[in-house]
Amino acid sequence: MTNSFDDLEKADCILVIGSNTTENHPITGIRIKRAVMKNNCTLILAEPRHIRLCYYASIWMRQRPGTDVALLNGMMHVILEEELADEEFIKERTEGFEEFKEMIKDYPPEKVSEITGVDADTIREAARAYASAKSAAIVYSMGITQHVTGVDNVLSLANLAMLTGNIGREGTGVNPLRGQNNVQGACDMGGLPNVFPGYQPVDNPEVRKKFEKAWGVDYLPGAPGLTLMEMMEGAYKGKIKAMYIMGENPILSDPDIQHVKEAMEKLEFLVVQDIYLTETAEYADVVLPATCFAEKEGTFTNTERRVQRVRKAVSPPGQAREDSWIVAEISRRLGYDMGDVEASAVMKEIASLTPSYAGISYQRLEEKGIQWPCTSEDHPGTPILHTEKFTRGKGLFHAVAYRPPAEEVDDEFPLLLTTGRLLTHYHTGTMTRRIEPFNQLVPHNRVWINPRDAEQYGLSGGEEVVVESRRGAIRLEARVTDFVPPGVLFIPFHFAESPANALTGTALDPVAKIPEFKVSAVRLVVGKEMKKISVV
Amino acid sequence: MEEIKININGRDIVTSADRTIMEAARDHGIEIPNLCYEERLEPYGSCRICLVEVEGARGLLPSCYTRVTEGMVIRTNTDELHRIRKTIIELLLSDHPVDCMTCERAGNCKLQDLAYEYGVKKSPFEGEVHVYDILADNPLIERDYNKCVLCGRCIRICREVQGVGVYDFVNRGFKAVPGTPYGKPLQETPCEFCGQCVSTCPTGAITSIPSKGKGRIWQVEKVRTTCTYCGCGCQIDLHVREGKVVEVSSPVMVGPGEGNLCVKGRYGYGFIDHPDRLTSPLIRKKGKLVEASWEEALDLVARSIRKAVDTSGPDSVAFLTSARCTNEENYLMQKLARAAVGTNNIDHCARL
Amino acid sequence: MGEERTRYKLVLGYGTCGIAAGANAVKTALEEAVEKGSYDVDLDIAGCMGYCFKEPIIEVTDRERDYSVVYGDLDAKKVLQVLEEHILNGRVIEEWVVRKSDDPSFGEGDFLANQHRIVLRNCGRINPESIDEYIAVGGYQAARKALTQMTSEEVIDEVSKSGLRGRGGAGFPTGTKWGFARKARGEEKYLVCNADEGDPGAFMDRSVLEGDPHSVIEGMIIAGYAIGAKQGYIYCRAEYPLALKRLEIAIDHLHQRGYLGKGIFGTDWDFDIKIKKGAGAFVCGEETALMASIEGRRGMPNPRPPFPANEGLWRKPTNINNVETLAAVPWIISHGGDKYAELGTEKSKGTKVFCLAGKVRRSGLAEVPMGYTLRQVIFDVGGGVREGKEFKAVQMGGPSGGCLPAELLDTPVDYEAITATGAIMGSGGMIVADSSTCMVDLARYFLSFTQEESCGKCVPCRIGTKRMLEILTRICEGKGVPEDMEKLQTLAADIKAASLCALGGTAPNPVLTTLKYFRNEYEDHILRHKCTAGVCPALITLFINEETCTGCGACLKVCPTGAISGEKKEPHKIDPELCIRCKLCLSRCPTESIWAE
Repeated sequence: MTNSFDDLEKADCILVIGSNTTENHPITGIRIKRAVMKNNCTLILAEPRHIRLCYYASIWMRQRPGTDVALLNGMMHVILEEELADEEFIKERTEGFEEFKEMIKDYPPEKVSEITGVDADTIREAARAYASAKSAAIVYSMGITQHVTGVDNVLSLANLAMLTGNIGREGTGVNPLRGQNNVQGACDMGGLPNVFPGYQPVDNPEVRKKFEKAWGVDYLPGAPGLTLMEMMEGAYKGKIKAMYIMGENPILSDPDIQHVKEAMEKLEFLVVQDIYLTETAEYADVVLPATCFAEKEGTFTNTERRVQRVRKAVSPPGQAREDSWIVAEISRRLGYDMGDVEASAVMKEIASLTPSYAGISYQRLEEKGIQWPCTSEDHPGTPILHTEKFTRGKGLFHAVAYRPPAEEVDDEFPLLLTTGRLLTHYHTGTMTRRIEPFNQLVPHNRVWINPRDAEQYGLSGGEEVVVESRRGAIRLEARVTDFVPPGVLFIPFHFAESPANALTGTALDPVAKIPEFKVSAVRLVVGKEMKKISVV
Repeated sequence: MEEIKININGRDIVTSADRTIMEAARDHGIEIPNLCYEERLEPYGSCRICLVEVEGARGLLPSCYTRVTEGMVIRTNTDELHRIRKTIIELLLSDHPVDCMTCERAGNCKLQDLAYEYGVKKSPFEGEVHVYDILADNPLIERDYNKCVLCGRCIRICREVQGVGVYDFVNRGFKAVPGTPYGKPLQETPCEFCGQCVSTCPTGAITSIPSKGKGRIWQVEKVRTTCTYCGCGCQIDLHVREGKVVEVSSPVMVGPGEGNLCVKGRYGYGFIDHPDRLTSPLIRKKGKLVEASWEEALDLVARSIRKAVDTSGPDSVAFLTSARCTNEENYLMQKLARAAVGTNNIDHCARL
Repeated sequence: MGEERTRYKLVLGYGTCGIAAGANAVKTALEEAVEKGSYDVDLDIAGCMGYCFKEPIIEVTDRERDYSVVYGDLDAKKVLQVLEEHILNGRVIEEWVVRKSDDPSFGEGDFLANQHRIVLRNCGRINPESIDEYIAVGGYQAARKALTQMTSEEVIDEVSKSGLRGRGGAGFPTGTKWGFARKARGEEKYLVCNADEGDPGAFMDRSVLEGDPHSVIEGMIIAGYAIGAKQGYIYCRAEYPLALKRLEIAIDHLHQRGYLGKGIFGTDWDFDIKIKKGAGAFVCGEETALMASIEGRRGMPNPRPPFPANEGLWRKPTNINNVETLAAVPWIISHGGDKYAELGTEKSKGTKVFCLAGKVRRSGLAEVPMGYTLRQVIFDVGGGVREGKEFKAVQMGGPSGGCLPAELLDTPVDYEAITATGAIMGSGGMIVADSSTCMVDLARYFLSFTQEESCGKCVPCRIGTKRMLEILTRICEGKGVPEDMEKLQTLAADIKAASLCALGGTAPNPVLTTLKYFRNEYEDHILRHKCTAGVCPALITLFINEETCTGCGACLKVCPTGAISGEKKEPHKIDPELCIRCKLCLSRCPTESIWAE
């Protein structure tokens, strides 16, 4: 997030797009709801599903899945047409505006309405509300990123914020909500193929030299490595021989499960380090028992870049060991001694090599969390980014044209599938599906079907149905609800026995390599026909 | 905010005009007893425990509700106030089961603390006592309205903070009690099972079912940590008793969640000591995963990685680090990939 | 209601009091007869004329002679006789006459003669469903004057000058209140008319709304202009369907005339009114609870400050006035504040409407200048106690008020003087008690009302009044102990001091005043196990006077427990073991041979 949670309650207008905040980030959801209830903040919601925030929204744009760029371009068209843009901000702080402006001309609301299914006047209303607010914040999540146009979507949001000067101030910003407790931290720590900790590029020789020296090695590779989806592809094609997976369950979380399973099988060696024997661990040659968050010391970095302490409360079961110990032991056996891997010592090393974490220490964290960048011991942390300039200097407008999703409906697969989470369960369910009360509340998977579609298939809810895509099929219960629009199905991906990701495709965003979980073409099979289809 | 001068119990105090009397007093170390007050909620003024005397005011004023004004002269501890507070506690206890010895909330109950402080042993008022059924219509939240003091905190947190509004008062007068629409079970209402009502209830009226009988406040050790679910980073206290996490709470007004939790944060701890936890390294032998020693497992891992590097180069090895693990662990993992193996093939599920 | 003037005008009292007494049957009979026959009359309706004790009522005006007669206690038959005798034959039926316009001393004439009607100026005199009739008596002149000739400040000054104080009970100076709302910061402001009359025995607001809704609305237009509110709300309980209907008709007419809505009276001032129907909770008469109810929340009070003038409806500055207060405003603007201030006492100006009820001979509406004594109101206007019994007490101000004994009958009606006695002016209910009223039971009754109507929010009111009620019930059942009086006293004091709103703050008043003025009755109950008034079932025994009993058997037939025995035409007997003191026998005995002791 460029800004903080506290800021949401200072905004006059919040645009929530591609985020079912109250279910996936419930506590952030509270902030948004409270902003509306207490501060009369105008909530604009762009979301295909009827989610709880609909009850709080002044304007709800129910766009077709995968049409966000068009929708945002339409809003910006209105802002330019009605001269609601922040001329001064554009002049002082940005570049690339002219080219962008030219491109936007192609997106009058009427045309956008045809692409997105959102009424042209609603687009106008939303544009005015966002642009005329004193401070307007954007909140988004996986509904924006998990598309083949994920990067385009994010760039369009950045365009919108820059166009109206809604960045770098209190109550504004472009605020992605990270789906897992420490996605932010894993990225910050260089858990990415192209950067060292603190987003220092691996292809920068200066940076490499710094790390080589600090780590006491002669050579660090300069070419960016493979992304997760490329690794899977590499494994499938035999280029990746060995894989070490720590605390991930790609067999449930990745798209096109069948493909991932085959890739796992082709590996010469797979080691999985986890707290349970996950679906992925079943494919491993070695399984290493690790500790969960309650059994170790450390830090997590939340979605507003706040580094906070994790403390050991209980001992790990049996012979399970801390992940840091395991990693260090393997490293030692590979001939590289990591030295002291006690958590606070590691944080010291991180701080010494990562400018944005330079001022962070366990001593300071004892009191409360710190938002990076925190560049020195007396730096208070940074609640708002880009207050004076952007990381690259001037903010760059990107002329982003609309591209349709990778897969569109056709006669064979006439329905759009979108996936996501439920409030009561979490991700691949390894934790929450082992919690009895949660299983009582939400015992099994259901596919959400609009009553209009349901009628067509003769469904009234509660029946078993099969959902099939080009990649696979699953069997699950039908839930008839107008929380999804006609033509769209929703399936949560927590359930191993009817895994939504057996249906999703591997089409990736060309830049971020993120899979398009939010749009797949599927068909619904009911009654006797179901028997003919083999399900996962 | 404008700075103003007030006087509390003879002490001159400088405070800001947006503070209530209770807040201003607390800022200066003067505690005013209360029951329906909660920092996360709008002031309500119903329990009347926090009444104070303000010179020139018509009657006593609820300190939780009344904002300070310039020159205000306040007394928080007169004999009359003491008597009134005692009467209120006596009235509350006249319709409250005195079963502290088995109450889940003993030791963490505001009513118990007040009765102790004001020396109320037995209420002098006898009369009708409510007998309500205990409602355990769901796996997480139990409601025992016999212990309800009608402070409205459950109602308010559900409405003001959660924006859900499952509860409101039903009936009037002595028969007034919180309830759901038409008395429906929680599962048939829009309840999100966040347990915020549990967290704010000052007595044993609303309690968590999973932690029932697992240990009262003085029997547990609280360990402050960060929630392991989504990216909000709520601060939580793990209540540990005999090496087990038996309950989770969140410190009020601390951290990004300000003491609020969702259903997963509050009740999603059962996975920690689940019997399915891996307790030993496993190695695949003859197609089956069998238990092995750490030495054997770690050696095998190192050997296999080394073999891949030696035969196909470092880039034939791939590492998946984890958004579920700590910063330190992620740091070490990428260091392992880059420094020990010599590849940038490291990623995690940021995109999933 | 023809164009050509008929000689006679017949006006039927058609308020809820009249309808309850049978005015519908009278109306049907009249209409049918006039339709068929050839009487030189036109028919009209009006609200309550004040003589609730004589309903159904018609007023016959002889336009030629400028003379009118009010007939009371009518029914469908009697009214036809009036048509025959009075209209056709020109003969007044003397024995049914309540009042003659040329002889105030005749019949019940002094009931009106001793009043001074400002608020009730049009009640019973005009058709409340006709805006024309209101305009014909000078209606909307005051509002027009205020909006076209006066500034807001001048309007407030005029009201301040009049000395008008809130008639809802608290008696806060209206002009000052308007001034607060005027000065409060904020563009959007609201005006609320509190028509949530809920005291048992109080019906003055209902009568005004039913009898003269326009005067209230005109008051609202003036008040809205004065404080700067463009939206008004009338909060009226749904149990007042007739009042609501007449308000709706009035508002409809006003929209048609352009007297409500955009640019009223041709000025650039906008003002409109919405009606909010309340569900009949007594506590919703409390202004913060009332506002919560308008906002769609459960009607529960909030502490003040902040006061509504600063943070009211939807947190905007809001001014709330009672029906009676607003109805007085047009008169004040027309006649001038000084004129109004000529009436009344030093601190309480103008007039006050009282509802006479209970054991008073003439129950109904009495509007008198402030400063009249209770004796003047109850005896001169009200005609004293029914059946010539002895006056024992008057409950002033409903369940929030207090019971005053005969010694205090010379107390003037004046906010400060009434408050000094331990009672309150309240909304103006006066319930008269005679020797057959048990004061402990009366206190118990009022407390049971407030206890039921407590919203349950604050502890002292919710549990405290319940515990007081339980003690009182114990006393009435003969199970009281001497300490109970002390306990009541101290608990009452704490409830008064600690309750959140005025409901709890005043709920103990009936108990405290009866303890003060009728302590002997408490002592009788507790120490001597005796209820002197013969009311409390546990403390009385019923007897049959063998000398006067005729043995008619009426008592035996109604006794639900078979406690009465006796042969026909022989004196009967009551078995005290079986008797449950329901007193049904007592009410049925034709010879008054049964008494309680």
